[in-house]
Amino acid sequence: MENDNVLLEVKGLRKYFPIRKGFLQRAVGQVRAVDGIDFHVYKGETFGIVGESGCGKTTAARCIVRALQPSAGEIHFRADGGEMTDVANLSRDELRPLRRHMQMIFQDPFSSLNPRMTLFDIIGEPLLVNGMADRQQRIERVEELLALVGLRPEFLQRFPHAFSGGQRQRIGIARALALNPSLIVADEPVSALDVSVQAQILNLLLELQERLGLTYLFVAHDLSVVKHICDRVAVMYVGRVVETAETQQLFESPKHPYTEALLSAVPQPDPTLRSQRIILEGEVADPANPPSGCYFHPRCRYAVDLCREKTPVLEEVAPGHAVSCHRALELDLAGTLDAPVPQTAHS
Amino acid sequence: MQDDRQPILSVRNLKTSFFTDEGIVRAVDGASFEVHLGQTLGIVGESGCGKSVTALSILGIVPRPGRIVEGEILLRREPENGQAQEIALTSLGDSSSEMRSIRGAEIALVFQEPMTSLSPVHTIGNQIIGAARLHRKLTKQEASELAVELLSLVGIPRAEGAIDAYPFQLSGGLRQRALIALALSCDPRLLIADEPTTALDVTTQAQILDLLRSLQEQNGMAIMLITHDMGVIAEMADQVVVMYLGRVVEEGPVDTVFGESKHPYTQSLLRSIPSIHSTPKVHLPTITGTIPHPYNRPAGCPFHPRCPDFIPGVCDHHEPELQSVGDEHLVSCFLYHPVPETSS
Repeated sequence: MENDNVLLEVKGLRKYFPIRKGFLQRAVGQVRAVDGIDFHVYKGETFGIVGESGCGKTTAARCIVRALQPSAGEIHFRADGGEMTDVANLSRDELRPLRRHMQMIFQDPFSSLNPRMTLFDIIGEPLLVNGMADRQQRIERVEELLALVGLRPEFLQRFPHAFSGGQRQRIGIARALALNPSLIVADEPVSALDVSVQAQILNLLLELQERLGLTYLFVAHDLSVVKHICDRVAVMYVGRVVETAETQQLFESPKHPYTEALLSAVPQPDPTLRSQRIILEGEVADPANPPSGCYFHPRCRYAVDLCREKTPVLEEVAPGHAVSCHRALELDLAGTLDAPVPQTAHS
Repeated sequence: MQDDRQPILSVRNLKTSFFTDEGIVRAVDGASFEVHLGQTLGIVGESGCGKSVTALSILGIVPRPGRIVEGEILLRREPENGQAQEIALTSLGDSSSEMRSIRGAEIALVFQEPMTSLSPVHTIGNQIIGAARLHRKLTKQEASELAVELLSLVGIPRAEGAIDAYPFQLSGGLRQRALIALALSCDPRLLIADEPTTALDVTTQAQILDLLRSLQEQNGMAIMLITHDMGVIAEMADQVVVMYLGRVVEEGPVDTVFGESKHPYTQSLLRSIPSIHSTPKVHLPTITGTIPHPYNRPAGCPFHPRCPDFIPGVCDHHEPELQSVGDEHLVSCFLYHPVPETSS
């Protein structure tokens, strides 16, 4: 019964980038940016992918919309409530009718809009490409979209430079919505924005989801934002998913030591919560030359010999909660929700 | 802690403006605050609030066409022969030898982007040795030993090897550590850290913040931490200065500013941040509108067009002054102060 609700299913997705050296640019190694990830996204939910820079979250997102060609794996996508199609291996022409159903919102609202195009051209381009030839019809649709994202329809003939970062992000969202997609892949949509503007965009994303029944794949590094907006979350570390669970569950009782450290590292805007942080030693592993066994073991407080030798696999430890850690069941890790209650709260 | 002591740095009514062809940008418009030894002063605000220009003004490195138009910056030196000395940094020329001896030595700066603020063509070690020998009488040998010592102090593994590394060979976190080592090379009494962790991941950020805190415990320096991240401020600062469009809108001890914030801007800013502890998926309270363009600053209180408690006829005509509302707690808002009587 669940299967009908799955909009996107990713199986064993891999993306390797060759490292080229020398005059002949021969490949001398591979960066395993995404190294076999599995997850699925239900219709109408917000699925978050979190992780630090270099963990492969953006590469994964770009493979899913096929902005990058995956090295291996399957990406099953249900367009228009029909059958699931594996988009990972479709040719450009076969992909074309599906593309309108999955759209992307980018991180940087400055470089993702062409400065020489007016809003009408930017937002209207996907319409034109997909066969809406009548200019008047396009104008009407673009005006409708501008109103939808909270911009004034008169702005139609203006250029992006006339807008602030938050407004530009709204333009990017309008462009993504132009073709009534079912899946929106949002790659760090609020991380370049000031906090007061960030809240406006998060509210807009939630409103649009409610009104249009959108499904979001939300890529972010900011755990507070992820906690706020996502239903389920996957945590990535060096190209792999180390833990996936419902948001509340993940924040309340993380099962992977990396998730625990990540949660504890987030500074909270409340001085009464200056708790003991888990300070991870060392650096994120190099995806071109990953450590043996569990990729996280050199930085893990709980590592045992087994972690150095054997690579753990993602296994379900509770319904909907999967972890890739040898010690997942024996460790008792701290979440954030049972963090010390602020002293000011007992008023 | 050392509250009764004199501040090491006092900034009084600092105004720094940029005289561009399009008009005058008043980047800092009357900022006043004090920094104490052994304490961390956090300066927080959104982009364009003048927090970075404040740092540049203190060091006398405001880029053209900007300059300090008004105000005083007083640096207090340790008493030599019993007489504490106060130097007005604003009265020194930006490139005077005295300013140059203070900059880098007594006041050091850590920038946001470690890649652009380290020289790409010199090794980490040479950059530290160069800075140390410029300000301190050291032989090459001593300076090189100092460099190794500093690099291991900031937690760079295999420091002996790292002095021969170029910045591009280090990761972002290590580069930021190297930059901190460079800033510490002359044993500064005031470290200005301008968004020191903004370009870093959260786990690396936790490492760097932890490092800054332990360094401060060891050598008792004052830290002026500039950031837009309320979380970092809550974590690190003793005193907080909240800035908006070049003005200080609220100032006080960290617990007061977060727990009993008075200024509508501080209040809305704190409310608009999603927290790990807040209810998910609720509509976040937002600040309406956007930060005004620096060329069209609103008259009166700069926050009035976005303010939920805007008093017509008052906030748009008069500029509120920073006044006390409690123990060490200052706010510039007419909700708490009498309106000046002058008719406009």
